[in-house]
Amino acid sequence: MIAAAASVVGLLVVGGGVVRSDYMTRQDVVREQPVPFSHQHHVAGLGLDCRYCHTSVEESATAGFPPTHTCMTCHSQIWTDAPLLEPVRKSLATGTPLRWTWVNKLPQFVYFNHSIHVAKGVGCVTCHGRVDTMPLMRRAQPLLMQWCLDCHRNPAPNLRPREAVFDMTWTPPADAEAFGKTLVERYHIDVGNLTHCYICHR
Amino acid sequence: MADERSVNPQAPTETLPLQPYGSVSDQIAMIPLHYPLRRRWLIGLAASALFTLLLVVAIGYLFYAGVGIWGINSPVFWGLAIANYVWWIGLGNAGTLISALLLLLSQQWRNSLNRFAEAMTLFAVFCAAMFPIIHLGRPWFFYWLLPYPNVMALWPQFRSPLVWDVFANVIYLLVSIIFFYIGLIPDLATVRDKARGRLGQVFFGVLSLGWRGSAAHWQRWRRTYRICAALAVPLVVSVHSGVAMLFSVGQLAGWQTTIFPPYFVMGAMFSGFGVVAMIAVVLRHTFRLDSLVTTRHLDLLAKVLLASGLITSYGYIMDAFTAWYSGDPFERSTLIDRFTGAYAWSYWSAVILNFVVLQGLWFEAVRRNPVLLFLIGASVTTGMWFERYMLVVTTLYHDFLPSSWGWYVATFWDWSLLAGTIGLFFFLFFLFVRFLPMISMFEVKEVLREERVEARNARSQ
Repeated sequence: MIAAAASVVGLLVVGGGVVRSDYMTRQDVVREQPVPFSHQHHVAGLGLDCRYCHTSVEESATAGFPPTHTCMTCHSQIWTDAPLLEPVRKSLATGTPLRWTWVNKLPQFVYFNHSIHVAKGVGCVTCHGRVDTMPLMRRAQPLLMQWCLDCHRNPAPNLRPREAVFDMTWTPPADAEAFGKTLVERYHIDVGNLTHCYICHR
Repeated sequence: MADERSVNPQAPTETLPLQPYGSVSDQIAMIPLHYPLRRRWLIGLAASALFTLLLVVAIGYLFYAGVGIWGINSPVFWGLAIANYVWWIGLGNAGTLISALLLLLSQQWRNSLNRFAEAMTLFAVFCAAMFPIIHLGRPWFFYWLLPYPNVMALWPQFRSPLVWDVFANVIYLLVSIIFFYIGLIPDLATVRDKARGRLGQVFFGVLSLGWRGSAAHWQRWRRTYRICAALAVPLVVSVHSGVAMLFSVGQLAGWQTTIFPPYFVMGAMFSGFGVVAMIAVVLRHTFRLDSLVTTRHLDLLAKVLLASGLITSYGYIMDAFTAWYSGDPFERSTLIDRFTGAYAWSYWSAVILNFVVLQGLWFEAVRRNPVLLFLIGASVTTGMWFERYMLVVTTLYHDFLPSSWGWYVATFWDWSLLAGTIGLFFFLFFLFVRFLPMISMFEVKEVLREERVEARNARSQ
């Protein structure tokens, strides 16, 4: 009887651990990409703005992957012979887009919208982590529903001024909590509304 | 029942005819050890296995293709699956009632019936438990109904009867299994001791958990058994009230009425006793157990059947009365629609099969006639299925707006689930009569013992 109870509890603990593990969530797992693109180099090293490549982040649901032409604005001039960039040149020549592996992919039944998050002052770093320190791209957060809800139930600690949304190094002022609350006010965030099912599932 | 004796001393008053204790064990324990009707058993098992296979195919195809293979569509989103569910879980009610409630009330006559009634309950609840899961759009997420700390940071909606139903059902199934098994232990030990083959000795030896029949064993067993019985009785009420609430909490005409919980519990008991009566008749005939399941047992079963049937018919009348008395046009139109609408056949089938046929049980000759009792039991069981069908479909197919009226026609896959679960029920029951003592030997002997003492006292006076 005790053994049975212990094995049930053990199963639940192990099962609960597995679904939360990086193995299941793919958090911090570097994904294979056609070209080993370095955000660290392009963001921290060269100082590109997020929106230079992810052009639609402010007005549409998806942030958008850059077309090959965006890469070629520079790489038609520099590193034109680099073997690592061969897939990019091939893509341009044949007119077939690069097939990047989507790192922060949400299930289809989640109607996630980038533009509203940007407009309400959720920084890129909040969900995607310090991409300026990532030589290769990985998921910075588990993307579990409980992670979404943590913020939807209490968004204030994760807000920043709109101007700082694309800032990789912004830190909140000393009284972070009160500051977050003023932002909730300023951006008219209806917190009670954020946990309705239809906010994310239609 | 007690004063029947003083009124008519000539009547066959004993529950059981006097017989040696050994003959009880011989009659019952020998069935699993030296099964008498192997050929017929095999044919029956094979036939029911065929239907069980149909169930497997139906569920497999359902999981592959989704609930679109059923006849359900807007506005009838509950079809045969829910009707079957309510029907099965209702049939399961009688076993616990006979075993637990009558045990606590010291109704000794239950001792010849409780074992197979409990088995019937278990198998019926098992069939019932499938439907809530398979009728989900994504059945592999059935565990979302349970409250557990999940990565979605969500709990089930505790205000919903759907969640209450999950609790009521799971607990009912668990307690039924435990109660059934505890009641079996002393008998399993008897079969173990009588077994000659090594296989039988090991099989029944393991199952009987080292039972030696010492006074300490009996004392603990009795305490456990009665505690389980006391736990099981309220569950009989909660499980079917929960089912009723699935309907009556919804704000739909024909469903939203306060009489539903007691009406459902009584209907469940009614249909369950119908099945128990049928099984009793078949088993006593097949295995010649007339001296253990006597005509007095049949008589008592018939009386309970009659009583619960009359209360259920009261439910029908009050349901109709409330609909009329409410003055609500939607309630009234649903009521009239049940009498005369497209699905009136299901309403009148329920009324005729449940209540018209039942009136035969006012006569003792009918109550004590196995064939007639069997037929009435079958009629009630079928009638209650029609009632479930009527309740589910007639409310849904006429929604509030005529623009959202629709039809429900069950498809082949709907029917194959019903046929399949019936097949599974028989399959499990065939295994049960073959491998386990189908009547509680030691409890029958208790009754015999009491009757002997009484007989001796009567002689010495």
